[in-house]
Amino acid sequence: MARIERQKRIIDFTLSSLLRRKGKNLALIAAYSWIVFLLASVLFITEAIRREAGLVLQDAPEIIVQRLVAGRQESIPVAYGEKIKTITGVRSVKGRLWGYYYDPTNGANYTLVVEEDRLKEAGRVIIGEGVARNVVGESYGTMPFVGYDGAYYFFEVAETLPADSSLVAADLIIVSATDFRALFGIAESLVTDIVVEVRNPREFETIAAKIKAMLPDTRPVLRDEILRTYDTLFDWRGGLIVIILLGSLMAFIIFAWDKATGLSAEEKREIGILKALGWETADVLMIKFWEGATVSLLAFFNGVLLAYAHVFLTESSLFEPVLKGWSVLYPRFALTPYINAYQLWALFFLTVVPYTVATIIPSWRAAIIDPDSVMRT
Amino acid sequence: MIRLHHIRKVFNQGKPSEFTAINGIDLRIDVGKITVLKGPSGSGKTTLLSLIGCMARPTSGRIFLQDREITSLPERFLTTIRRSTFGFMFQQFNLIKGLTVLENVMLPAYPTDSGYSELKHRALHLLETFSLSHKSSAKIEWLSGGEAQRVTIARALVNEPSILIADEPTAHLDTKLSKTFMEIMTRLNQEGTSILIASHDPMVFAHEAIDRIIEMRDGKMVPTGAAA
Repeated sequence: MARIERQKRIIDFTLSSLLRRKGKNLALIAAYSWIVFLLASVLFITEAIRREAGLVLQDAPEIIVQRLVAGRQESIPVAYGEKIKTITGVRSVKGRLWGYYYDPTNGANYTLVVEEDRLKEAGRVIIGEGVARNVVGESYGTMPFVGYDGAYYFFEVAETLPADSSLVAADLIIVSATDFRALFGIAESLVTDIVVEVRNPREFETIAAKIKAMLPDTRPVLRDEILRTYDTLFDWRGGLIVIILLGSLMAFIIFAWDKATGLSAEEKREIGILKALGWETADVLMIKFWEGATVSLLAFFNGVLLAYAHVFLTESSLFEPVLKGWSVLYPRFALTPYINAYQLWALFFLTVVPYTVATIIPSWRAAIIDPDSVMRT
Repeated sequence: MIRLHHIRKVFNQGKPSEFTAINGIDLRIDVGKITVLKGPSGSGKTTLLSLIGCMARPTSGRIFLQDREITSLPERFLTTIRRSTFGFMFQQFNLIKGLTVLENVMLPAYPTDSGYSELKHRALHLLETFSLSHKSSAKIEWLSGGEAQRVTIARALVNEPSILIADEPTAHLDTKLSKTFMEIMTRLNQEGTSILIASHDPMVFAHEAIDRIIEMRDGKMVPTGAAA
């Protein structure tokens, strides 16, 4: 009990010391919070986007077969699908139609796909949330398209996709197979690519190799490869931001070192008085520890809460252009809040631990001020 | 009883700025008395006080407190002795700005095991003794010189020390306040506290309550016969 009482009084004194030097400490906490905020924002946004994309790709096909001509993707004959079906272990084969459409009016790129389960009827489209924002308001429920031959098409908007996971689906337009072929001039015998379902997940690679051997002008793409590409992409984007942040981080370290370690004459005098009055070196170290802990924890919680609000409430307004938006059409959506303990620990070790370590030696130097220093001044 | 045996204190030893502040002092100070170290500036009074008060270690020689040799004790033990045995009053008062009078008085007892309410009670009682109750929640920078002096006395007494050490306590006080200070010292001594003062103020060393004057010059004691 006595020890707790003693600690309480030391914490009490520390807090009153911090309040007595409001200006300095508030500046330190503000700079520190800013760094935690930036780092936490990057961590939260990359992790949430990666998770979002992962969820979307969970339902992606196991193997996609594309046809390459001179190293570029071309439409693939429907007949290729029939050949693939003969490979043992293949459960089903399905041709897909999809492509990109540039809308010069809005300066946006849309992804057009055919999903016969959702839309069979010609003359109608189902659009993503991002497309709806751009188009529907002005065209009263119809969307104009210009075909490959310059002809105009007007499709009725049948439905708008929910915004739940709009990162990938924001610029999506679902059209019927008939309309798709008419728009892009694709023959009935061709599809964009072929989706292959395999019975045994351990045979993905074997079957991909068999397809390649049977149809040498094709490229089988595995789902795992797509996931890996996404991961690399988001890691790279996150890394890009972290590199930009390194400058700020360095500036903060210098600032923190100076503020947390440079003792003013007044502080030195105070420590001298405390030592003369019977405070031990350990007590002064304890003050310094509590000072650092208070500043660190306040800044950490400030930064994390602000970053949470930034990423999940304001849609990452600061980083959006870098981390998202690879097409002209920026997906505007609220990411599903996702934070795990590992992220918080990583953040804690990236910010609080370096700060604490940086202040150990100067704190110790402050604590060993001779008690008779006040007698000599 | 405090006993000093062949005490030397050298600052910046081995450097061009080497300075011998205390040069071979042998001294015995009895408890329950008011002892004054008298001498001009630079005579070594303050250094001797800080050695006796366990704030610094001598370069050579030994100090005994109640027959216990304290010179070679580790810092932690010296601090404990300093906190429990001595109360300090400094020339510049050395109160901490921004804290209240009560907090300043309680400061020396923060690292002890006393309970907060007991400690607060003790501090308030001391403030009452020195007619400062009404100032307990005032910030230290709002006090007059006399009030600040009384706060330092209260602070020095909060751990109930047996020896009070005062370094030039009247240096910043006028005649009236110096007299009041000496009256307080006399009363405390009558209540059983030993008092050790370094001063070159006649208001102090010529005071009737003084039991012993030790005159110092150039880091040495002036032979007894020559003292006032």
